Amino acid sequence: MSVPDAKTEPAEERDDVEAGPPRKGKPFGWSTFIIAVLVAVSAALVWRRDGFDAVWAILFHDVSLFGEIMPRVLAGCLLGGLIAAVLPHDKVSKSLGPDSGLKGLLIGTAFGAILPGGPFTAYPVASALLAVGADFGATIAMVVSWTMIGYGRAVAWEMPIMGPDFTLWRILISLPMPVLAGAFGRFVYIRVRHRFGL
Amino acid sequence: MTTLIIDILLWGSLIGVGFVAWRQDRTVLTVALRNGGMDFINVVPRIALGVIGSGFIAAIIPSSIIVGGLGPDTGWLGVAMSVLAGAATPGGPVVGFSIGAVALKSGAGTPQVVAYVVAWALFAFQRVILWEIPFMPARFVWFRCAVSVPVPFLAAAVAMITGKP
Repeated sequence: MSVPDAKTEPAEERDDVEAGPPRKGKPFGWSTFIIAVLVAVSAALVWRRDGFDAVWAILFHDVSLFGEIMPRVLAGCLLGGLIAAVLPHDKVSKSLGPDSGLKGLLIGTAFGAILPGGPFTAYPVASALLAVGADFGATIAMVVSWTMIGYGRAVAWEMPIMGPDFTLWRILISLPMPVLAGAFGRFVYIRVRHRFGL
Repeated sequence: MTTLIIDILLWGSLIGVGFVAWRQDRTVLTVALRNGGMDFINVVPRIALGVIGSGFIAAIIPSSIIVGGLGPDTGWLGVAMSVLAGAATPGGPVVGFSIGAVALKSGAGTPQVVAYVVAWALFAFQRVILWEIPFMPARFVWFRCAVSVPVPFLAAAVAMITGKP
């Protein structure tokens, strides 16, 4: 693959499918504003209820958590950038595109299930797949699979807190869900995309 | 321990894919790393706000409100309330799963808890706004959430029919 391909193809594709709004939000969009207000109000309520020490304790805990996950966010973003560059556009459109059928949904599901890391990996990688030609259905299957049958969260958090019995049954029940959600997404998408400008 | 393994897998796959890119063309590698780095810079302010602020949001929403309606005899209304509770639960995985575990111990029905955990995993509002929207096109995220709405209900139905977990 030549360099211009790697850089311009996804960008052109984006411009084709989407009229106007930027692919990713600006660093401070409306959703950031809502959260900022929510955080400020919550912090003020904690301060009124429990005093300044409680605010400080929560802040200190969350800042150290932020420092801990920053390297992983960087790794996830770089992984997303690399996957967008490495995966051949034509092959991705064929195996994960709108006409990929059940196979595309299954590939998306498998990809989501084996993807390492947390939200800092899953979302940049899913975004990269969309950019190189995967359709909404396969990407939905991937994201839902990562949330419901991905091992990362299940092993690190669910197993210790909920117990292995609940976790394993919950995962077993979840197995068909990514394909169902992806198929439903595909079914709805082709019917509403023009109406909602998707 | 598990976080160490996840870190190793994450950085290992980054190095692996980076090696593939380097083999294809060195400029592909540098362009890809630069694009990834730009994404990182764009996303950091929002992640910072979310992670540093989520503790305050979690502190003012008492878990008793969230698990209030998950009793064993609540049926489909209980499932629907669990789905809403899952979407409304703030904070990270510790908060979500702990509320689920407390609900199980205090006698909530398992289909309701399954619905709660699945709904929380699929569309907890805080994760959607703070993690998913910064990284992905917003129109995809809202569409994904909308078509995922039946999933926790389906999971609860399977749990009811099989009597598991």
